[in-house]
Amino acid sequence: MLAKGPTPSVDPAIWRFTIHDGSQLLAQWTWAQFETLPQTVWRGDIHCVTKWSKLDTTWSGVTIDDLFQSAGVTPPSAYLLAESHDDYDTNLPVADLLGGKAMIATRFAGAPLAAEHGGPARLLVPHLYFWKSAKWIKGLRFTARDEAGFWEQRGYHMYGDPWREQRYTNDP
Amino acid sequence: MTVETSVTPVRWEQAVIERIVPRTPRVTSVFLRTRLAPHVAGQHVDVRLTAPDGYQAQRSYSIASAPGTGLMELAIEQLDDGEVSPFFHDVARAGDTIEVRGPIGGHFVWRVEDGGPILLIAGGSGVVPLMAIVRGWSAAEPKTSVLLVYSARTWEELVFRDELLSIQAREADFTFIATTTRGARHRPEDLDRRLDRPLLHEILTRWGRSPREIYVCGSNVFVEAVTSSLVLEAVPPGLIRTERFGGKD
Repeated sequence: MLAKGPTPSVDPAIWRFTIHDGSQLLAQWTWAQFETLPQTVWRGDIHCVTKWSKLDTTWSGVTIDDLFQSAGVTPPSAYLLAESHDDYDTNLPVADLLGGKAMIATRFAGAPLAAEHGGPARLLVPHLYFWKSAKWIKGLRFTARDEAGFWEQRGYHMYGDPWREQRYTNDP
Repeated sequence: MTVETSVTPVRWEQAVIERIVPRTPRVTSVFLRTRLAPHVAGQHVDVRLTAPDGYQAQRSYSIASAPGTGLMELAIEQLDDGEVSPFFHDVARAGDTIEVRGPIGGHFVWRVEDGGPILLIAGGSGVVPLMAIVRGWSAAEPKTSVLLVYSARTWEELVFRDELLSIQAREADFTFIATTTRGARHRPEDLDRRLDRPLLHEILTRWGRSPREIYVCGSNVFVEAVTSSLVLEAVPPGLIRTERFGGKD
């Protein structure tokens, strides 16, 4: 598995989720506000770049579609960085997060998401390698271009499609 | 922090097994002649095996050899239900050819210019990338201190044990502390308990230096326990780099 350092302890009392366009704040939620957003359940398989898959997992949380709709956000660009409390980030095309393909997950198998699995909230993008599903997420930041995130700057693939085995930079 | 962007494709290359050397009952070193680019201490390679029927299996293995040495050493732990590791323990012979690609990884790495003091904490076969750091540090004749805390089940299961002891005998700035969870300790400075917070506190106090570069490698459970203890001991989380084995996320 990929995790660059210690598991951060994130207190829901001071947790905030933000959406930025570059440096401009577009929307923010407290934990209590976030919990009132529409909840969606997703069930299926996930794939890690280190060659394991976990089958038939159940997650619930807020889809990115619902998140943007609740905030009245229309994506101002085609790419964003998902940013985490441990200063991790990872880049994604916005299109890969819409259409019900991704969520901010707060529960796994019906229980609150444990810290070591990315809790209290993590991104879930099951159709990409799992390093794209940023743990301990704190926000999304739209970027004008496709800017490399933490692992992407360190030799991992910009997109990360597990079916094409896009592990490392320039894997076709 | 230095960021190295990989700009060349990571291609599969043929590698010839030059030597196979058992290290412990469960860990075997495989020395490869490859044409891969030079590596940095801490990096890994992907290994791919192809069966006669075309079935392929692939795993990542950390590099144990120091940067700039001739053959690339991988130290491979035998996993009972493994697809790849049993090949190296039971089937592979010197002269065989396998496929490798890499080196890979730009975070869990140490370069001479990164300096120290360096704190290395290994659980089991997690010692492998840390061995590359120890060997690279030793070869560079540095002016900085290194502490390696290495947890294994027994004294016999400490991979690279004799080499670590001889580095300690040779280098005043290298401290090696073994802690064994299922066997008695062997030297006065060793320990025979699980690495919990009080034990880490005792070890760090005894060492008496403030580590600037910290690397923790082992199973996810091991890394989780060690890093949470270090953070509670007021070690800045941003100094701690981790590499976790095992398929849990």
